Amino acid sequence: MAELFELFVASITSQNIALLFILGMCPLIAVSTSVRNAKGMGVAVIFVVTITAIINYPIYVLLRATGSTNIQLLVFIATIAATVQFLEMFLDKFIPRLYNAFGIFLPLITVNCAVLAVSLFFVNRTYNFVQTTTFAFGSGIGWALAIILVAGLREKMAKTSDVPKGLAGKGIVFIILGILSLAFIGFTGLASA
Amino acid sequence: MKLIRLRYKKWFNISKDGLTQNNPIAIAVLGICSALAVTNRVENAIAMGLGVTFVVIASSLTVSLIRRFIPARVRMVTYMVIIASFVIVVQLFLEAYFPIIAAALGAYVGLIITNCIVMGRAEAFAAKNPMRYTFFDGLANGLGYTYVLVLVALVREILAFGTILNYQVMPDGFVNWTVMAMAPGGFFVLAIFIWIIRELTNNYELQQ
Repeated sequence: MAELFELFVASITSQNIALLFILGMCPLIAVSTSVRNAKGMGVAVIFVVTITAIINYPIYVLLRATGSTNIQLLVFIATIAATVQFLEMFLDKFIPRLYNAFGIFLPLITVNCAVLAVSLFFVNRTYNFVQTTTFAFGSGIGWALAIILVAGLREKMAKTSDVPKGLAGKGIVFIILGILSLAFIGFTGLASA
Repeated sequence: MKLIRLRYKKWFNISKDGLTQNNPIAIAVLGICSALAVTNRVENAIAMGLGVTFVVIASSLTVSLIRRFIPARVRMVTYMVIIASFVIVVQLFLEAYFPIIAAALGAYVGLIITNCIVMGRAEAFAAKNPMRYTFFDGLANGLGYTYVLVLVALVREILAFGTILNYQVMPDGFVNWTVMAMAPGGFFVLAIFIWIIRELTNNYELQQ
């Protein structure tokens, strides 16, 4: 249990998937212009990362049993695309309020590399099912935390700071990410699964 | 004289666009994940760059070849399957012939699938253009991506390990900047790189 908790904390902080593994950067940079949008995107990612990891794990076990792990990439990406599509239709039909809150971010998630990466990481690190679920949920929260932090800083900076012309827009986001990333390395002593 | 005549050829303009004017990383800021995660050593950057170049060219050519038969509604899924197939080819090739690099790149080879550059070229260019132009577009974008990757990796490897392609270049007393091999180093180097490119090409983003 303690190990699971450490894995969970580590995947949010010292092993943060956005800041230390540099994954899911395209949507992070594109959507972090306002905290409101960042929240919607963050929640959507937590949802999809956890669900796809839970679905992909048994599929991976099946692939391993039949000795066809070569095609795992193709299968994982198909699962993710299908899950996102299904989730979109399901929310639209049954929980319209939730759909209005983050439905527009769902199609973007298919190409969010953080989602695919979580599925590939549990294969590389040979996690079991419970570890996979914990790791996926923690990674989702970690990614959401990163995008909300960046969005908050960007909102403040847009009003108060004088950014050099060449760095304006996306350039300065990398400086923000670099400093945040340095700060998150500081969590290494807290938990490092 | 010959160069002037080349200027009017369509494939020349397409190539120039991918390498400089619309460089996928520096100007459009696409495909960042792999650009930062694998650039702590030059050899990894070269392997990743060439892998992406191959996938862009091959998948764009395939999309261009069958572009009249793909129904518009399912085109994204079709691109995904095509791209994933070529990425598996790259992954198996690296594992078979360059096992050390394959181990260093790890899951990031598989993540070429979600590299926005590949999908972007399929959607924006290959789906509308004949194969011969698609080839140059893929090549130019792939190489435009590769050279930025290699430059970033060069800076990071020199500062982080004092080497280039594992040959010692810094004097003996040099203290390695370990942070350059980790994520923050990648962010800072790329930010400065984007800054320089934008100052040089006068291509600024408007402040909102």
